Amino acid sequence: MNRSVPNGSASEVGSFFSALSEIIMRIVTVRRISQVFFLALFLWFCVATSFGIEWWQLRGWPVSWFLHLDPLVALSTLLTTGSLYRDLLWALVTLVLTVLLGRFFCSWVCPFGSLHHFVGYLGKRGKPFSSRVALNRYHRAQSIKYHILVVLLSAAAGALIAHQVREAVRPSIPLVALLAVTIGLAWSAAGRASERNGKTFIFLSAFIGIWALIASFVALDRMIAASLQTGLLDPIALVYRSINLVVLPLADSTMQRISVSQRYYEGAWLIGAVFLAALLLNLKVPRFYCRFVCPLGALYGILGRYALWRIGKKDGDCPQCALCEADCEGGCEPGGTMRLNECVLCMNCRDDCRHDIITYSSRPSAGGEITLPDLSRRGLVLSMASGIAAVPLLRLGGGLGANWNPSMIRPPGSLSEADFLSRCIKCGQCMRVCPTNIIHPAGLESGLEGLWTPILNFRLGTSGCQLNCIACSQVCPTAAIRPITLDEKKGIKDFAASGPVRLGMAFVDHGRCLPWAMDKPCIVCQENCPVSPKAIFVREVFNTVRSGVGVVAGSDGFTVELREPSLKPGRFGTGDYYLAISGGPGGNGDMRALIVSNSDRSLTLASGRPLEFLPSPGTQARIQVRLQRPQVDPERCIGCGVCEHECPVTGKRAIRVTAENESRSRKRSLLL
Amino acid sequence: MSDSSHDSGFTRRDFIIRSTKAGAIIAASGLLSYWLHDSKGPKAISDSGESAILLPDFSMPAMGRKMSIVAGDDRVRTVNLALKALGGIETFIRGGDRVLIKVNAAFATPAIVSATTNPQLLAELIRLCYHAGASSVAVTDNPINDPESCFALTGIGEAARTAGARLFLPRESFFRATTVPGAAYIVNWPLLYEPFQGINKLIGVAPVKDHHRSGASMVMKNWYGLLGGRRNIFHQDIHNLIKELAIMVKPTFVILDGTTTMMTNGPTGGSLSDLKQTNLMIAATDQVAADAFGATLLGRSIHDLPFIAKAEAAGAGTADYEQIRPERVGI
Repeated sequence: MNRSVPNGSASEVGSFFSALSEIIMRIVTVRRISQVFFLALFLWFCVATSFGIEWWQLRGWPVSWFLHLDPLVALSTLLTTGSLYRDLLWALVTLVLTVLLGRFFCSWVCPFGSLHHFVGYLGKRGKPFSSRVALNRYHRAQSIKYHILVVLLSAAAGALIAHQVREAVRPSIPLVALLAVTIGLAWSAAGRASERNGKTFIFLSAFIGIWALIASFVALDRMIAASLQTGLLDPIALVYRSINLVVLPLADSTMQRISVSQRYYEGAWLIGAVFLAALLLNLKVPRFYCRFVCPLGALYGILGRYALWRIGKKDGDCPQCALCEADCEGGCEPGGTMRLNECVLCMNCRDDCRHDIITYSSRPSAGGEITLPDLSRRGLVLSMASGIAAVPLLRLGGGLGANWNPSMIRPPGSLSEADFLSRCIKCGQCMRVCPTNIIHPAGLESGLEGLWTPILNFRLGTSGCQLNCIACSQVCPTAAIRPITLDEKKGIKDFAASGPVRLGMAFVDHGRCLPWAMDKPCIVCQENCPVSPKAIFVREVFNTVRSGVGVVAGSDGFTVELREPSLKPGRFGTGDYYLAISGGPGGNGDMRALIVSNSDRSLTLASGRPLEFLPSPGTQARIQVRLQRPQVDPERCIGCGVCEHECPVTGKRAIRVTAENESRSRKRSLLL
Repeated sequence: MSDSSHDSGFTRRDFIIRSTKAGAIIAASGLLSYWLHDSKGPKAISDSGESAILLPDFSMPAMGRKMSIVAGDDRVRTVNLALKALGGIETFIRGGDRVLIKVNAAFATPAIVSATTNPQLLAELIRLCYHAGASSVAVTDNPINDPESCFALTGIGEAARTAGARLFLPRESFFRATTVPGAAYIVNWPLLYEPFQGINKLIGVAPVKDHHRSGASMVMKNWYGLLGGRRNIFHQDIHNLIKELAIMVKPTFVILDGTTTMMTNGPTGGSLSDLKQTNLMIAATDQVAADAFGATLLGRSIHDLPFIAKAEAAGAGTADYEQIRPERVGI
């Protein structure tokens, strides 16, 4: 069989559908409707990620759906954890459609893509035809995004590769088998060595083979670890983060319809700056981010290699008018040699072509097509090696070991730090959903690796971590914060043996605490401790106040007159002050009576409890304050931070939570 | 990488090939997703996947519970006499035995401070083991101070090398997780295991020292140096921890060096005024009995050292050392 496909065969199915849609509506109009629909849906999900009882608040809306659809999230977590968590199965839908259709997601679904599309449209409006064509010409730098993808995926896959290789080489038979297969593959590929593909294959095989050899001498898995950094540039994580942590709080700050008070996010400026820069770059080059940066687009570009239908030119008389390239979103040159992996299926070329030459069909373009990205072997291997090497390099600081940062308090249900970093995609859903606004994107507290991962800040926000809330663990799309139940969080019923989830522990700063340092009664922290029995308990002490020593002039048992008029009237009538007199008759010792009011020289005592004996004139009288000094019980404290939030020492709080004793890591336990 | 093709050659066959490839990708991803799908989410704390090891029993029950106490200030002489009184080293160490000696090398201080195992005593012990026919002798500890400095400054390293023993300084890869049966604390805890590989006899040799938290640091407390990880956390309940150590380690015999006793400022010492010449060498197959006797050198009773009663209750030995009729030489 070596004849051309006749009209009406499978190759024209795509054309048939698009022709059908054209009867009803232009294809680009359909696309615009789809873009508006999905962008609106996305924004709606952002709004709906609100805690409350209204119908538009969290009611089981699939608010993380776009993250679930994202095959980059699915693939990268698959590489780091070897599993596909719950709803990430949705990514299979996107993947299948991409394999069949090409990068449809970019121009039809992606909310970030739609924003770029729109800003790019504003940017090129009014520009002359020739410069628009020039802007949309393919640029070599478009291959950068594939390098980004490879670096990010290699960083995620490092541990898996090291582990697999080590597992394989531990017993010698699989080692031999692996080497044999590698050599065999390389050998068979050598037959096709003339093709670039074949050479790449040999190169990769050799790479794996050498690695296997090294691994049989060196324990690679001790050095190489996995880190999930795809979220930094994954457009879906990026747009969730940017809208939820920057745009919504700003937009809502005047109306306060979405949240009842201003939402704050520490370090939001950086997230905002990245978002704004990504959008503004569209004014320079349309879909700048999609073309040069987007690792998800790069993944789609590779996945769409065997797409059954693709944009291209029909056989026919193409006058090279370049109309098709004036609005090309992908920079894929449909008028020349079609770069399939760059095409975002915007359909503008098809719509713009006045000669009916551009089609979406199964045939390769009559102008020829390029189905794979412009990557050199050397570049590919370099990116892989950089990605794998980056993780151990970032961890040289010891932040995951002895040098861990105790001010990094993770949300309840977070996995131990290494596992956490292999799952968190920095999407910010937990930060958005937190009803008390205490979850914030980390800066560089835990190193570059932890950038924008969630940490708790008990000064910002409206309270501590609420005892009866598990919202963040339920919304997390990758189970970096694993789904916990209220029973588990509180350590009751089935979880009584393991105890409550502890985020850290509160420490009282004796130098700042009012009852400890300043003789002032307070214990707001104790009052607000939500644990039962309370984790904060008090020790009672009576301290003689400054200049609180006088000499008794006389007393009737209910009032005591002092010799010197040295008291500030009313000051000691608060109910916290006592009169203490020592040396009663018959060695009676100390007695203490509550003061209810005072003038400059006389103290009135609580009438129900008069003095046990009448102090004789000349006796020393001491005015004492009754203090309840807070103390934290490490066996009860769950590190929820309510005490820290409520502490009246508003600057650096007098009771502060740090991550010691957090239950997610046995190594950080404080107690036996 | 690129792949160019041109329309003119595109056939039905090409389309089928391409569809097959696309189908293969879809099928592979589908299968992989199905296979690796996780509907529940991860566990609270992921286990390392490594199973905990158990330290073998190095004791020789046939020898019974014995102890000897020898007076004298010459350690080489007293240790010889002490072992002879136990029945001779030949009864414990036989031809081809592979011996491990656990010293106390905790601090990087000179031997004269007596915070660590005496190097002459160690050298003599190694010599005796080889003399009895041991095929190999190894020496190890996981010190508190920098290991290299500890083994160098205490003279233990030099003594071991000169006497022909192999030194095991701790390395991260030498530790394996261990769980002591019935223990509350030593559960999945890193143990300095590498030196134990292939070993069939274990000797503990420790000085008698004051220790503020536990009351005394002697033979049983010395096993602390086999642990790794954040072992300091155990100080919150040190007596029960020492009891677990005594359950974990069943030595062939132990030597408690009471020639010089650190009476104060332990367990580091640092000054000669902290020391007292007590001129006694103890050898025992019963580590609890050895420590119970050692307590008397510090002027303490076993009631001051709750770990002794706890270890006895756990079956590690005899607190009332007179019960096992210690052999006294020169007293």
